[in-house]
Amino acid sequence: MGIIKTKNLVYEYIRRDEEGNVEGITTAVDKVSLNVKAGEFIAVLGHNGSGKSTLAKHINAILSPTEGTVWVDGKDTAKEENLWEIRQTAGMVFQNPDNQIIGQVVEEDVGFGPENLGVPTKEIWERVEESLKAVGMYAYRKHSPNKLSGGQKQRVSIAGVMAMHPKCIILDEPTAMLDPNGRKDVIRAARALNDVEKITIVLITHYMEETIYADRIFVMDQGRIAMEGTPREVFSQVERLKELRLDVPQVTLLAHELQKRGLRLPKGILTTEELVEALKCLSY
Amino acid sequence: MSIILDHVNYIYGEDTPQAVHALKDICLQIPDGQFVGVIGHTGSGKSTLMQHMNGLVRATSGHIYYNGQDIYDADYDLKALRGKVGLVFQYPEHQLFEVDVFSDVCYGPKNLGLDKKEVELRAFDALRKVGFPQELFYQSPFELSGGQKRRAAIAGVLAMKPEVLILDEPTAGLDPKGRDEILDQIKELQTQTGMTVLLVSHSMEDVAEYVDRIIVMNQGSVLFDDTPHQVFAHYKELEEVGLAAPQVTYIMNALKENGFCVDTSVTTIKEAADEIMRAFQ
Repeated sequence: MGIIKTKNLVYEYIRRDEEGNVEGITTAVDKVSLNVKAGEFIAVLGHNGSGKSTLAKHINAILSPTEGTVWVDGKDTAKEENLWEIRQTAGMVFQNPDNQIIGQVVEEDVGFGPENLGVPTKEIWERVEESLKAVGMYAYRKHSPNKLSGGQKQRVSIAGVMAMHPKCIILDEPTAMLDPNGRKDVIRAARALNDVEKITIVLITHYMEETIYADRIFVMDQGRIAMEGTPREVFSQVERLKELRLDVPQVTLLAHELQKRGLRLPKGILTTEELVEALKCLSY
Repeated sequence: MSIILDHVNYIYGEDTPQAVHALKDICLQIPDGQFVGVIGHTGSGKSTLMQHMNGLVRATSGHIYYNGQDIYDADYDLKALRGKVGLVFQYPEHQLFEVDVFSDVCYGPKNLGLDKKEVELRAFDALRKVGFPQELFYQSPFELSGGQKRRAAIAGVLAMKPEVLILDEPTAGLDPKGRDEILDQIKELQTQTGMTVLLVSHSMEDVAEYVDRIIVMNQGSVLFDDTPHQVFAHYKELEEVGLAAPQVTYIMNALKENGFCVDTSVTTIKEAADEIMRAFQ
């Protein structure tokens, strides 16, 4: 069994009017079955309201399934007694860094998680150092988080989660509020954790460019998994993604446009290098 | 008519040890009807600059002229200015508060002291302009999707009939389709009504696609102020200040380095495709 497994996961919201009467039921996640292997880098795409965040919140048991089952590292998230362990296994980073940072000094903030787990003091400091180095924020350990840029704060949030030594980190639109450099740094940090520390990453994003290095992409629509595959498989279906209110990386879009105009390029070009190579082949 | 900023400086916490020089000697002229993109890394001063445009923040020194009048004159009506220069903040949906969307959009014009009929006409018109579906007019704003909330919030500012619309990251957190829809509608509004639009954005691709002119802010100063083609030609300098060029710029430069005879100043997919096709003929 993989690190994250869901079987026929359904989650329903009950909408109520002002008097508390039931107005209707919205199915946010609809019969999702998936299996993520330890060490994978997974990207989740989908338009607003497609169910991505609701799905993500099941992975560290913030939400409990209406129907079906979610297992994290083999443990059923619906069982109260598993909560503590599940939240240690799967850490979560949210969109707004300002809502997640509590410490007055960067290193204190990062130490907060392991401290709550009852980790011995000496080991806390080791973990803080190691986590801040992994996200490239060690030089700022004595700084006040308030003075950091959005990208730096977000990396501190990731270090805070990492210091709890989770096997899996879920990032829910971690770059939505960041400038281009901040975005790059956060994605680089997530990839490094995956490559070097072998931590399983689930990245939810609206920026298509951030997903091209993922092992697999899940595309959600109306609470279901509408597409699944490697970045190349998913992004070669430009028209289908547009129907799902999504996009493809600009390079892929340019290659697609050139194909439409008659250039014979391979499908699913993802990087500038690939496009340059493909065009070179054509010109000889 | 235009907005003119003349040697504007702004210092946070002046006369305290924590003083921060947030805007440094800004001189800008924004003529009527322009679609201007404002870019800069987090903390570069772009939002502070925008808050000066409608008098929300007062410059420490320097002058701002709106249609030829100094907005810091003692008898200048700042309240009227705020009706003319509409500011849509980041995550504007956090400011929705009424029981239904229509009342929320009515709130602004109602406060301008207009009669009920005019208020409702304006609200209706503004919601239509942002492409808000009529069947949702009387829904609670809190039950809408992200994109619809954003539309409702922008309509609330449009209902004041501003001459200048300032949008601080209007598409952050929206899915790609929602992003394109909102920007297309703003572009259309700008073309139809001749309204001036200032768009603050972290997405270089969006800025390249929509605006006539880009102002690049860095550490409180204007670093570049030119057309998208000219500004993105400085992509290396932009990277040094925490920004980037649209991906297309990188592709074109890579092609040129590899011996393709292409113009590297293009910034949109369509232009790039034209340029590559030309190189292949």
